[in-house]
Amino acid sequence: MTEPTPDVIAAHGLNEPEYAEVLNILGRAPNLVELGIFSVMWSEHCSYKSSKKWLKTLPTTAPWVICGPGENAGVVDIGDGQAAVFKMESHNHPSFIEPYQGAATGVGGILRDVFTMGARPVANLNALRFGSPDHPKTRHLVAGVVAGIGGYGNCVGVPTVGGEVNFHPAYNGNILVNAMTVGVAPADRIFYSAAAGVGNPVVYVGSKTGRDGIHGATMASAEFNEDSQEKRPTVQVGDPFTEKLLIEACLELMATDAIVAIQDMGAAGLTSSSFEMASKGGMGVELALDQVPMRETGMTPYELMLSESQERMLMVLKPGREDTARGIFEKWGLDFAIIGRLTDSGRMVLTWHGETVADLPIDPLAQASPEYDRPWVDTPAPAPLDEAALPAHPTWDAALATLIASPDVASRRWIWEQYDHMVMGDTVQRPGGDAAVVRLHGSNRGLALTTDCTPRYCRAHPESGGAQAVAEAYRNLSAVGARPLAVTDNMNFGNPEKPEIMGQFVGACRGMAAACEALEFPVVSGNVSLYNETAGEPILPTPAIGGLGVLEDVERMATIDLKAPGQALVLLGGPEDPEAGWLGQSLYLREVLGREDGPPPPVDLAAERRAGALVRELIAGGACDTCHDVSDGGLLVAVAEMCLAGNLGAELSLGTVQAQFGEDQGRYVVAVPAADAEALIARAAEAGVVARRIGTSGGESLTLAGQPGTLALDRLRALHEDWLPTYMDGSTPSAPDSQE
Amino acid sequence: MRAAVIVFPGSNCDRDVAVSLRAATGHDPIMHWHADTELPKVDLIVLPGGFSHGDYLRSGAMAAHAPVMREVKARADQGVAVLGICNGFQVLTECGLLPGVLMRNQSLRFICRDVFLRVEATDTPFTAHYAPDQVIRVPVAHHDGNYFADPATLDLLEGEGRVAFRYTDADGTASAAANPNGSRRNIAGVLSANRRVLGLMPHPERLADPLLGGTDGAPLFSALAESLAA
Repeated sequence: MTEPTPDVIAAHGLNEPEYAEVLNILGRAPNLVELGIFSVMWSEHCSYKSSKKWLKTLPTTAPWVICGPGENAGVVDIGDGQAAVFKMESHNHPSFIEPYQGAATGVGGILRDVFTMGARPVANLNALRFGSPDHPKTRHLVAGVVAGIGGYGNCVGVPTVGGEVNFHPAYNGNILVNAMTVGVAPADRIFYSAAAGVGNPVVYVGSKTGRDGIHGATMASAEFNEDSQEKRPTVQVGDPFTEKLLIEACLELMATDAIVAIQDMGAAGLTSSSFEMASKGGMGVELALDQVPMRETGMTPYELMLSESQERMLMVLKPGREDTARGIFEKWGLDFAIIGRLTDSGRMVLTWHGETVADLPIDPLAQASPEYDRPWVDTPAPAPLDEAALPAHPTWDAALATLIASPDVASRRWIWEQYDHMVMGDTVQRPGGDAAVVRLHGSNRGLALTTDCTPRYCRAHPESGGAQAVAEAYRNLSAVGARPLAVTDNMNFGNPEKPEIMGQFVGACRGMAAACEALEFPVVSGNVSLYNETAGEPILPTPAIGGLGVLEDVERMATIDLKAPGQALVLLGGPEDPEAGWLGQSLYLREVLGREDGPPPPVDLAAERRAGALVRELIAGGACDTCHDVSDGGLLVAVAEMCLAGNLGAELSLGTVQAQFGEDQGRYVVAVPAADAEALIARAAEAGVVARRIGTSGGESLTLAGQPGTLALDRLRALHEDWLPTYMDGSTPSAPDSQE
Repeated sequence: MRAAVIVFPGSNCDRDVAVSLRAATGHDPIMHWHADTELPKVDLIVLPGGFSHGDYLRSGAMAAHAPVMREVKARADQGVAVLGICNGFQVLTECGLLPGVLMRNQSLRFICRDVFLRVEATDTPFTAHYAPDQVIRVPVAHHDGNYFADPATLDLLEGEGRVAFRYTDADGTASAAANPNGSRRNIAGVLSANRRVLGLMPHPERLADPLLGGTDGAPLFSALAESLAA
């Protein structure tokens, strides 16, 4: 056996100290198979070596948390003997290289993380970030990613019910595709990955192994450069049909008592799945790699261990249950192969036609992987916004016309109509509201789901931005009437070896930790994606939050649409002064005045909690069925969205630009019968929530009392709906303030 | 009424249609695996939506040759009612029980949204609970729903009153704007010559429950329950 050359070691992404540790663990030089295994296990993607130290600071417990981070997905008790299993995961690098397959396999991977634990997937969501609409690749990437998410989710028959999309030049060379799956399982039938039982068979099921995706995890752990397109062969190809069969076969087998442990083969494929199962159970394992079902001839042990072929699972079965399992997988037309046994050696021994090709100690590799305390510097606080120095403000109607058709606010209908958001027959709140709601099958209870992050806030002040992302998820769930239970996080950042990027990560974690703590909204699963840079240009720090809440009765649920004329519109939360408003980092500043500066709005977590609790009480008590949280674009945009959804106008009293477009946090607009408004405001005061009436529903346009200008609903709708389809068609979007 | 829902590998609306059948009849339909050629005696056979065999060949083309399909065709010839929804409609055209084909949507994109349909034939076991020319709202969710047949076939279908549903505006006008997928003559659903086989792209089972936002799909199932009562 020849020792790997420095070039080969470098090509595997191991630095000198890491390779020295390899030599130390083995007491000899690794062979190529072993080097490949170290490479993927210690990649940033698999080992979280830069982020672990900070992830440990996030709150992860609550009385309803059944399983926090560390398993395939997080598990929370949702009552009635059921558990929700959920996680969000990135597929950023592959999606930039090959958007359709990159996004599709992102969906496939996160689905497997959830059904691996015994849950039937009931909903998919996503959080997408693209470059500037003016960038020549953006249209192609949007089209490919959306088609890929739809192509996979639609075929497996899991509804894609929600998500978010932002555009910003910082993502020009590095888009973000974060996919989330939510599943439901009996709370006492959760499956875990820790292997147990010396001699128990290790079984491979699903698709055959091919040469696709070799070194995907290593690719996802390095910056992009001009040659990144050459990495296209490392992007995997998805097969949603096989995934659908795999879901049904796994759930069928899980209904028996044959499984000891189960783990999907995700990043780093057979290597990480087998290591994680053995390591968690304190076991050793022997695998006969020649028994792995192969798609191509001439494959080598190295390729088999590093392939990221999709739709594969590894299981440990109880002895004597092999035939039960084989029968189920054969019925569904899937490969089934016994490829090894558990041992008590604490070592992984790989053989190839009887010859040992690798022999590695499991614990040092899986658990003693590097952990770095990377140097970091705090992001400098942004200078306060000098409002007196801002350019002249346009009229309110011109500003609203610009905002409602701006890329970050415009209707996402073009996207979600490509996703089957109704299959499974339980989508009681479709895309377009604050949170999607899926009914728990056969009951009147429901799960509310949302994904949230405001990256421009995170760049200006990572700590506020991290807190805001969690608070907005909390708010979106509360706005439909759901009790927020837990979150999954998808931490997307640049190169952690740069202290300022690491500082963004640390800041975001601090803010998230504070918000999760204050709102009793713990992190139960997550994923970290670093090195999101191209040619040295980092993305905006993007800690995407996926939130899950529970609704006791889906008939007591709020939606954003105005439902009747003459209703009072009441603002809950926000500054005491009705003329005040926070313009720093607002969309108004960026889209209307062309500036991206100032500090982001602060998040008052205690006020957030009070307002959320009040809104949930109002909805659950039947006092209110119309509610919308106030976020991007501020109050006027929020009310405009309520008008469009209900096809009903409104007249508002909002005197200043700050009140109209400020992005103060912790606010909701509710609509109630006019006669109930005073009582509602009194009730809010008792609950310690600032509240005031801001207007009345009715008519066919949006007007401001005492101010000139009006926006007809038809025009507002055209502006809101047309931007994305027009952009995707490749024609020039009409200037938002032009009259038809 | 006894109903069997055929489950192909890749079917994914089998449970949804079973829920609607149960709501209409008070009991669960038989869920029948495609490879099982022993089809029990039933009054209604349902081919559900989904992506049978991944639709990696033409949509529905593989499922049309499933082991159970020989028996499904025989039963249809005997006059047993057969309902194909979405992928089920594609299977019915591929196996020859209904004329025409379902091509890729004109936009080339998957489309999932509510559409309006005009009910054009009410003298069938499927549509007896709708009024003639009633406009209903039901969702579509498909990539290949663009109905095509040659003009002579289309004339024949229209002449024999075999167009069951057409895509329209909310006021019942079959306009180009109301056509979600480019279907010839806005056709959304067609009947066999004996009017016992219906294929349609829209999903009536998805709006048959007020909590899902509408109930315009429910009369299709109640009509079957009544018409086919033993």
